Amino acid sequence: MINTIWSALQYGFMQNALITAVLISIACGIIGTYVVLKRIVFLSGGVAHAAYGGIGLGYLLKIPPLVSALGFSLLASFSMAWVHRKTKERSDTIIGVMWALGMALGIIFVDLASGYKADLMSYLFGSILAVSQLELMLMAVMDILIIVLAALFFKEFLALSFDETFTTIRNVAVDWLYVILVGMIGLTVVMMMRVVGLIMVIALLTIPPAISNMFVKEMKKMMVMSILLSLVFTTSGLLVSYLIDLTSGAVIIMISGIAYLLSYVGKNLYQIFKNRQAGVEVHE
Amino acid sequence: MQDVITLRHVWAGYEDDVVLEDINFSVRPDDFIGLIGPNGGGKTTLMRVLLGLVKPLRGQVSIMGKPPELGREHIGYVPQIIDFDRSFPITLFDVVRMGRLGHRKLFHRYNAQDNEIAMAALRDVEMESLKDTPIGELSGGQRQRVLIARALASQPQILLLDEPTSSIDPKVSTSIYELLQRLNERMAIILVSHDMNAISSYVKTIGCVSRKLFYHAEKAVTAEMLEAAYQCPIDLIAHGLPHRHLEEHVHEEAAL
Repeated sequence: MINTIWSALQYGFMQNALITAVLISIACGIIGTYVVLKRIVFLSGGVAHAAYGGIGLGYLLKIPPLVSALGFSLLASFSMAWVHRKTKERSDTIIGVMWALGMALGIIFVDLASGYKADLMSYLFGSILAVSQLELMLMAVMDILIIVLAALFFKEFLALSFDETFTTIRNVAVDWLYVILVGMIGLTVVMMMRVVGLIMVIALLTIPPAISNMFVKEMKKMMVMSILLSLVFTTSGLLVSYLIDLTSGAVIIMISGIAYLLSYVGKNLYQIFKNRQAGVEVHE
Repeated sequence: MQDVITLRHVWAGYEDDVVLEDINFSVRPDDFIGLIGPNGGGKTTLMRVLLGLVKPLRGQVSIMGKPPELGREHIGYVPQIIDFDRSFPITLFDVVRMGRLGHRKLFHRYNAQDNEIAMAALRDVEMESLKDTPIGELSGGQRQRVLIARALASQPQILLLDEPTSSIDPKVSTSIYELLQRLNERMAIILVSHDMNAISSYVKTIGCVSRKLFYHAEKAVTAEMLEAAYQCPIDLIAHGLPHRHLEEHVHEEAAL
């Protein structure tokens, strides 16, 4: 098996896949932490699915789908963020509508497009092995952008996630920060789409931070742990899928999901054990 | 002494629903005011008006001589602890430092001065030894103290508290009220609560918000307040009140 893996690593597509895993894990760990803490999983799902409109547009206009998806995803992010901020109620309904409209638009664009559409499925279900050199460059740029923004606004994003009202009262430009944050989600989602597909983006975005949140008690540590977990899930999923010839995106999500269940159960069992231990001590 | 807060003929509400009607209210720098009132009576809206989160439909609001959107930098706001996610990964010290946000602009990290002010605020609430503890591991009373420290870290002239003892056991509540009494030597305090028994022995004056504001800068809870607030027979409620005040005031009114 070691040999199989070793020989696999000699392939350029495999090396690209591993670099991709590193790049998306960084974005995913940082942004996923905010998504989980700020509870905007649904909005992130909306952005991911609406971005399919961009994939369709790419096929129609014969430009790299990841580029048009990026534009579409940012457009969806900003409009959803705006809706979320400005409507008093039912913003989730409006986001749900935009979610569906984006997908429908994508399907129609693809219908209208002529020519070869075989790898369309890879955007729905991911295909980490098909990442091109251009896409790698694009991902690296997005990663740098995400890291720089997250560092610049660290104290504001922390405050925004913890207590938005208080942050507003301290006269921080909360609306703008929120739009920037959701824009960063848009970037992340497009990168991840290449790896696990837009349908499973939400799982990889939320599972590593959700697991980390069970074990660490500081946001920065939560980000670092999420990045590492995401890296473990994507690389192990990639290798497993290669060895037994399964869809890589699905295997990555299966591994993440199982890890989540195990940590959830493990954490609760440990808690029960600890409580019982404490109970015994009190009795003695 | 100049008033720290002035409201003149303020009307506020949401869309077509007026929640506050013709509010006139001034707060002096040494005030310790307890605002009571029924749920839905407009206590929360009044607070949101003071914090510049709700624009009044009519009237003038002035905080330290400025409109609330600017003047709110002088208000230390202490929200209810039940609004917080206990599993949020943040230490007590990082929560308190948020009080420095308005002072430390975008792109700047908190500096040594911010840390010092945050530590001083933690000393004020007697929590400095727990500074690196995650908030999820604190008790309700301790979390309330942390939120007070966060408000203090913004070096306010006015402290505004929303139901500071609603989910805390009575013994701990007492210590929180004593802390507030000490802080009142330095700043004005406005405390919103639906529990008038709890607050009546600590505050200097009591007002009642129920669409209108009944406030005479006195500690007395008047019959008028109670009627407006609870719309039920007064002597039934008067049981739980500092009886003396009620009697005095009723007497005064009768004399007029």
